Amino acid sequence: MMGNGKVIEVKNLVKKFGNFVANDHLTFDVHRGEIFGFLGANGAGKTTAMRILCGLSKPTSGEITVNGFDVYRQSEAIKRTIGYMSQKFSLYEDMTVAENMRFYAGIYKLPRSKRLKKEAELRDKLHMPEIMNKLVGSLPLGWKQKLAFSIALIHDPGIVFLDEPTGGVDPITRRQFWKLIYEASANGITVFVTTHYMDEAEYCDRVTIMVDGRIEALDTPAQLMQTYGASSMNDVFLTLARKAKKAVG
Amino acid sequence: MIRFNNVSKSYGDVQAVSDISFEVKEHELFGLIGPDGAGKTTLLRMLVSLLLPDFGSISLAGCNVVGNYRKVRSLVGYMPGRFSLYQDLSVEENLSFFASVFGSSIAENYHLIEPIYKQIEPFRKRRAGKLSGGMKQKLALSCALIHKPVVLVLDEPTTGVDAVSRHEFWDMLDNLKKAGITIIVSTPYMDEASRCDRVALIQQGCILSIDTPGSIVQTHGKQHWNIKARERYKLITDLEAWEQTASVYPFGQYLHLKLKSGGAGRNEIIAYLKRNNHEQIEACEGTPGIEDVFIDLMTENDKKQIEA
Amino acid sequence: MNRFWGFIRKEFYHIFRDARTLIIILGIPVSQLLLFGYVVNTEVKDVKLAVYDQSKDDVTTRIINKLTSSGYFELVKNLDSDNDIEAIFKKGKIKEVLVFEPDFAEKLEREGSADIQLLADATDPNVARMVAMYTQNIINSFLKQEQPLATVPMQVNASIKMYYNEQLRSVFLFVPGLMALIMMLVSALMSSISITREKELGTMEVLLVSPLKPIHIIIGKVIPYLLIAFVDSLLIILMGNLVFNMPVNGSLLLLMGECFLFIFLSLSLGILISTVAPTQLIAMFMSMIGLMLPTLLLSGFVFPIESMPEVLQWFSAIMPARWFNEIVKNIMLKGVGFMYVWKQTFILLAMSVFIVFVSVRKFKIRLM
Repeated sequence: MMGNGKVIEVKNLVKKFGNFVANDHLTFDVHRGEIFGFLGANGAGKTTAMRILCGLSKPTSGEITVNGFDVYRQSEAIKRTIGYMSQKFSLYEDMTVAENMRFYAGIYKLPRSKRLKKEAELRDKLHMPEIMNKLVGSLPLGWKQKLAFSIALIHDPGIVFLDEPTGGVDPITRRQFWKLIYEASANGITVFVTTHYMDEAEYCDRVTIMVDGRIEALDTPAQLMQTYGASSMNDVFLTLARKAKKAVG
Repeated sequence: MIRFNNVSKSYGDVQAVSDISFEVKEHELFGLIGPDGAGKTTLLRMLVSLLLPDFGSISLAGCNVVGNYRKVRSLVGYMPGRFSLYQDLSVEENLSFFASVFGSSIAENYHLIEPIYKQIEPFRKRRAGKLSGGMKQKLALSCALIHKPVVLVLDEPTTGVDAVSRHEFWDMLDNLKKAGITIIVSTPYMDEASRCDRVALIQQGCILSIDTPGSIVQTHGKQHWNIKARERYKLITDLEAWEQTASVYPFGQYLHLKLKSGGAGRNEIIAYLKRNNHEQIEACEGTPGIEDVFIDLMTENDKKQIEA
Repeated sequence: MNRFWGFIRKEFYHIFRDARTLIIILGIPVSQLLLFGYVVNTEVKDVKLAVYDQSKDDVTTRIINKLTSSGYFELVKNLDSDNDIEAIFKKGKIKEVLVFEPDFAEKLEREGSADIQLLADATDPNVARMVAMYTQNIINSFLKQEQPLATVPMQVNASIKMYYNEQLRSVFLFVPGLMALIMMLVSALMSSISITREKELGTMEVLLVSPLKPIHIIIGKVIPYLLIAFVDSLLIILMGNLVFNMPVNGSLLLLMGECFLFIFLSLSLGILISTVAPTQLIAMFMSMIGLMLPTLLLSGFVFPIESMPEVLQWFSAIMPARWFNEIVKNIMLKGVGFMYVWKQTFILLAMSVFIVFVSVRKFKIRLM
């Protein structure tokens, strides 16, 4: 399933804001089709690193390529080949589902035939034929989430970045959403998830735990739990974060 | 200590809370657990007299929260969903403001907040807007406690806060409970249920179940199989298509598979998966958790509603 | 009482820690006054004038000299034909053209009357009216000097008369209006925003659940802005006096008292808005469109009330700023005492009582 293609390669990524080191020599690779979790407390440097990988900000130093493009010089090419979905969904609540799709299809210059195909796919996924003409604002949270994910994939990107995607939805909706993610991954799309919900991490193929700008651990959830003798990712994280606190304090 | 009697509340067409009754005992740590939009915030706002119920009645320490709202408000320490702090005021200024609003002072009840406040006291000159999520949470809790309330009402205090702070926060609530304060807290995180004495699972304005977390699992929990194989998505779709399957949901690294009653055993599962060309198959019996129960109850509830 | 001081202290923290708030409450009064005083100026001075003199006799020359030597007019061009008039207006520099009929002096002597046509660029009607009136006055005084008995019928009909501001210092007209506007801005806008901000932040929930009564919250919110707006009004009067020599002919104490009343009224309007508006943005729109704009347009600050259509005059009567304007003008320029402004004062007082009553009633003890 993984193949051996590396779609994200990061070597010694450093990002500083003034004296503050947000990312301290991060090194990792992400493989094609992998679900890669990026975990950490608020302010651990997850968002900073993700913004760099999305081509939204430049690193201070380090070698980073995304989909084979260099983040320093080819950020435009990166943006064309990735999808992004944030916690806030970036949907226009006062527009219908179809209008939202048309808008984003326009941004990525999707041909009409392809857009119609995507619309049909979404209709199937949601089991609701009449949904296309509903205002996004009137949809339940779970549907908005699925819609936002479909829109992030509208231009068939190689990688999709999910920024804290599943907070607050009910357990069934949440699992339906993970099913969509597994489906994308099975279709060869790499999924990069940042979250501070530790139970979310257990759904990922591999997990990176960030503490204070550094990578404290990187492995499969099963391996991490074994290494730290923990019964859940939450315990793994607590162990690592406390260790870091002691080192500082 | 707290009583909800057949309480309903709707906003326009949306029924936020429908006919809910429950009781919270003195010195209890009671959890309202459910996803966004389940009606948790509406329940708590009605309890602290910020909203009026459409039907039913609520009492707190023997006072009706509608008729006797002044008394109720003086007994309650309330922490709304977003940490409502003045971002442009320092830690200390926030605390002394909320103390003064309740006609109290920091010194008067310092012993009560000390274990919590001590952790943020080094930053007491810092503006609240510049604090991390965890520190804001501690400050907001201190502010809600500063007038020595009898009942502490916390609306999603752990949302948006990292795992370490969440863990510490529940420890603090434990200590407050030991100090004799009755606490009612809402959360969308199922895993926090185990930290409460009793919980109510809510979904779409209805209580699915109410009991100690242990009993809820014991009463409603059904056996399931933990299944794992190399190709996860195919595994889900194959199991969903299997006539023996009652339900299948991903839970972390595993799928939780429930089979129809009187159905197959481990060997049949493995045989079925092998027929579908799965590799690296794992299948073992799992013990249900609160989240499994929630899903089962939700499904049952939906069925009931469709039938009705 | 402790409760109360805590609240007021907190409000002052908010005000002094937010640069934007400080700019609005201190920077705007000063900059607006200077702006209106110096830039938005309808004073008549060095108005560019063109003359089409078809007579070119002794009298017309003397009239032109009289105009240009007044300091109000500057002769830019002598025109030779009717056709030039429109062209020269189109260029935009010339604000007025004076046309003397042929044989002006002769006609005046023989028939006792002669025609002058006075054409003004009315793209700015206020300026045009004023320019025409000036011209008329200067010509009239010239004729009275020359031939006390002659009358000159003119095609320009201007009937505006100016009292108490003979030099037409426009800044004198603006100061009272500006005071009203700034009081509104500081009191109504800022107080409504500060209350709705607490709604947005969620702190209002906590305040409501506290033993504070609505009246405590309202008064606690009002007092800081009352003080600040009062300081602002003093600042405007002081600057008007120092920079523009605007006199305070009447009692300063009375003036301050009236300012206080008006500020109180504006604050209660602000609270009324905050009881309705759920967010800061809506509160801002409501105060801007519901209060500031009508204050600007209908209070007689920019447009004279007498020249409004009757419906708008009715609207103007419910604008507190209109009555405040009259009070301030009366006290500052006419120098009259309370006996002359009691009626307006009473109106403001009645409005305040009404609005305070409504907003305290509307201020919710719950969220919905």
